[in-house]
Amino acid sequence: MNLHEYQSKEILSRYGVAIQRGLIANTTEEAVAAAKTLSEQTGTGWWVIKAQIHAGGRGKGGGVKLAKSLDEVQSRSNDIIGMQLITPQTGPEGKKVHHVLVAEDVYYPGASETKEFYVSVLLDRSTGKNTIMYSTEGGMDIEEVAHNTPHLIFKEEIDPLVGLQPFQARKIAFNLGVSGDAFKNMVKFVHSLYNAYTDIDAALFEINPVLKTSDDKIIAVDAKVNLDENALYRHKDLAALRDLKEEDPTEVEAGQFNLNYVKLDGNVGCMVNGAGLAMATMDIIKLSGGEPANFLDVGGTASAETVKNAFHIILKDPNVKAILINIFGGIVRCDRVANGVVEAYQSIGDIPIPIIVRLQGTNAVEAKKIIDDSGLNVHSAITLQEAADLVRQVLH
Amino acid sequence: MSVLVGKNSKVIVQGFTGSEGTFHASQMIEYGTNVVGGVTPGKGGSTHLDRPVFNTVSEAVQKTGADVSIIFVPPAFAADAIMESADAGIKVIVCITEGIPTKDMIYAKEYLQGKDVRLIGPNCPGVMTPGGAKVGIMPGFIFTPGRIGVVSKSGTLTYEAVDQLTKLGFGQSTAIGIGGDPIIGTSTKEAVELLMNDPDTDGIVMIGEIGGGMEAEAAHWIKENGTKPVVGFIAGQTAPPGRRMGHAGAIVGGSDDTAEAKMRIMAECGIHVVSSPAEIGKKMAEVLGK
Repeated sequence: MNLHEYQSKEILSRYGVAIQRGLIANTTEEAVAAAKTLSEQTGTGWWVIKAQIHAGGRGKGGGVKLAKSLDEVQSRSNDIIGMQLITPQTGPEGKKVHHVLVAEDVYYPGASETKEFYVSVLLDRSTGKNTIMYSTEGGMDIEEVAHNTPHLIFKEEIDPLVGLQPFQARKIAFNLGVSGDAFKNMVKFVHSLYNAYTDIDAALFEINPVLKTSDDKIIAVDAKVNLDENALYRHKDLAALRDLKEEDPTEVEAGQFNLNYVKLDGNVGCMVNGAGLAMATMDIIKLSGGEPANFLDVGGTASAETVKNAFHIILKDPNVKAILINIFGGIVRCDRVANGVVEAYQSIGDIPIPIIVRLQGTNAVEAKKIIDDSGLNVHSAITLQEAADLVRQVLH
Repeated sequence: MSVLVGKNSKVIVQGFTGSEGTFHASQMIEYGTNVVGGVTPGKGGSTHLDRPVFNTVSEAVQKTGADVSIIFVPPAFAADAIMESADAGIKVIVCITEGIPTKDMIYAKEYLQGKDVRLIGPNCPGVMTPGGAKVGIMPGFIFTPGRIGVVSKSGTLTYEAVDQLTKLGFGQSTAIGIGGDPIIGTSTKEAVELLMNDPDTDGIVMIGEIGGGMEAEAAHWIKENGTKPVVGFIAGQTAPPGRRMGHAGAIVGGSDDTAEAKMRIMAECGIHVVSSPAEIGKKMAEVLGK
């Protein structure tokens, strides 16, 4: 589960991670009031207005602006609140901005130069251990850094039983080239960050940039936090931070039906039991000359109710020109699934696009007969290849 | 013979009396698996499915000589169940449970280090040695005893491959569902290695999906050590980056864990890669020249 920048920072701050401070605002008026309050609290003379959406690259799309006066706070926040923000991560349609973070200016001049770093915490799947990944090249797209200058990316693996050790935090600070107070602050920053990561069951922390200010503080200027959804049952307070406005409404609705659905851009919808087979079904749609319109795993039970809900979700997408239902009946019997499909079809009424139903496993032959005898605009198949051929046929 | 489980395995079921445990334990018994008992804390001393129920795994091991356990307990307690089994001296732990928090699995995996135990899963369909033992939730009727080993991350896609093999006359030695989570006990490479060393396996089907580097690791191992033909498929060629496709582990993070990259590496390492999941069985027949 993704969090907003302001939510992420609030959590980090609770664990002693120094952050660029800020206040959230839903309107232009609130933004101006926030700017005044923030100046009283922090002494900042300038402000940064930051769009809060679940996507990176906000600066590139015009979602992050510096304001040097309260008038500018007003005009900049007025520009950003309500805008359709397009970034490299949002897709061409962009995302609507509902609120902004009014943040203090942390790039003020001082005794030393400011410097940006990159620090993330994540699971290394090859070792099954958490790893701190960091780089001297902060403020940039880390994929680009990894590609162009891989020697500037460092990794520190954490032993799960003893956790992050002081020598490791020191090594990180030395490798990042900080000294004096900045060194001490970096060690504390890394420790607090890792504690927060394990304590809240995070799946990813990405702090980019981590800033060394001109007075040697080390602070998180941006923060991306992703939580392990399987662990949310023990973090009710964090589960409540979910922002449904940031998610695809159809995906949210599918979730309420216990369907695992991801919307894609193609023209053939699919409904499958099991995640691996669902991905394989998307692949076979492509190989048959179509493009998958979605990923949809109906899970272990494919009852009439499930099939009906899945139809409802898939048919919301106007680009869908055909639907492929692919169920491998192992424990669940195919004839029951076939009856479920017919029942769901009839209860929805006339479905204006061709449906291909491939049922394999227990009672597959009986199931095919049920589909064939139903008189509906439904094509039946038993093998995966037959299903693929039918997809090709209905698309041409 | 087979790997991991067989006719001589003595199997206990953790979460025996729950609805999932009850249903699948009955199916396993019906298939002929030697289920010697089960564990449900607090219900020790009772009988379920005509078999004894114990409070702890160690008691179950002591009284029955069990060497294999299968776990159906809810996600919040599953990592604990894995560690309990390992502590009790179980040799093969099959964890079916889906949705275990990653942090719990990091600890559990670390706990197993250095112990003489193999974990399969979690979030997997289990292990099947046709005609010997079913320790999982796979539908028994699609399998037939034979000499092809199957390694896969997912359930129904495994059934698809097995069904194709069976219908073309290729029985299976053992099918291993390794699971679709970011942290699993046995990697693709380790499962392939088991089958490569099994004298009763002639060919291997290796099914992977997007996310992680396990298939590439297995492919490199096969290139150096392989003695039997391997047919491979990677699900998720059409999955967009950054979106999780059902399995917690099925997400394209970088350029190395796309289906395309994995298939390329596998082909370079001498694996017979198919781009269509409908051609897994056919390809094996072709490769074995039958």
